[in-house]
Amino acid sequence: MLIQAIAFYFFATIVVASAVMVVMARNPVHSVLWLILAFFNAAGLMVLLGAEFIAMLLVIVYVGAVAVLFLFVVMMLDIDFAAMRAGFSRNAPLGLLIAAVLLAELLLAAGAYNAGGLTLGKAAGDAVQAPDTSNIEALGALLYGRYIILFEIAGIILLVAMIGAIVLTFQPPKPGARARQDVGKQIRRRPEDATVMKNPEIGQGIEL
Amino acid sequence: MIGIEHYLVVGAILFVLGVLGIFLNRKNVIVILMAVELILLAVNLNLVAFSAFLNDLTGQVFAMLVLTVAAAEAAIGLAILVIYFRTRGSIAVDDINRMKG
Repeated sequence: MLIQAIAFYFFATIVVASAVMVVMARNPVHSVLWLILAFFNAAGLMVLLGAEFIAMLLVIVYVGAVAVLFLFVVMMLDIDFAAMRAGFSRNAPLGLLIAAVLLAELLLAAGAYNAGGLTLGKAAGDAVQAPDTSNIEALGALLYGRYIILFEIAGIILLVAMIGAIVLTFQPPKPGARARQDVGKQIRRRPEDATVMKNPEIGQGIEL
Repeated sequence: MIGIEHYLVVGAILFVLGVLGIFLNRKNVIVILMAVELILLAVNLNLVAFSAFLNDLTGQVFAMLVLTVAAAEAAIGLAILVIYFRTRGSIAVDDINRMKG
């Protein structure tokens, strides 16, 4: 229990601290790196909750794909990030106010629950993880069984996102551009046209 | 003993930090997108916490769907950002008024 508490506070502190750094960092590249740290530690929290599969998914999808995508874009675009921060201090009071109100409301809700003012609904009990199965096994059975439609919809969402991103960023090649591949021309090319047999004398050069 | 409230508080702080990030970096779309990712992470943390403490795996299935949508949103958002930068040479939010909407 003590180990669990230590691990929880360790992960929670780092996740919150790195989230602060994501928001405050001057350089967006640093922001992305802090975001990666935040996701790693959130994955740690989820492992602590016994949701290993979601934790691994978080590491693979966010750290492996999304964060790298952000890093690519931040480094690819040539932007004056100093000018971008011009309104930082001007927006700070309003932002802090709204953040404080939101946080107070959320903590109030947690406190009300703690005081017994709210009762959590009972889970239906038909998606309980059986005691002798691993998390991923139970999750897989649920995902490919009862929630198969949701799974397929998720797949379609990803497909649409992929096609959309490709279509948005695709640039048709300019007509006169070099390095265009002409498949027909490649196939028409024969060994006789492409190679020449030479039998040079010893010590003599060769002229092509 | 770590109860569900602890996780909910962490989720709430993360969520609020995400909202704060949107306000603080109003000019920089990239950081705004990162703040949205933070918000979605907070939502995921809440879903998984409830799933664990109520002993019901549905929350984890839902967290996976949120993850899917977050990934799709990041991909589309960054693609739009890239083509916007290509045409305008800037990604300042203040300049995005082409459509006069």
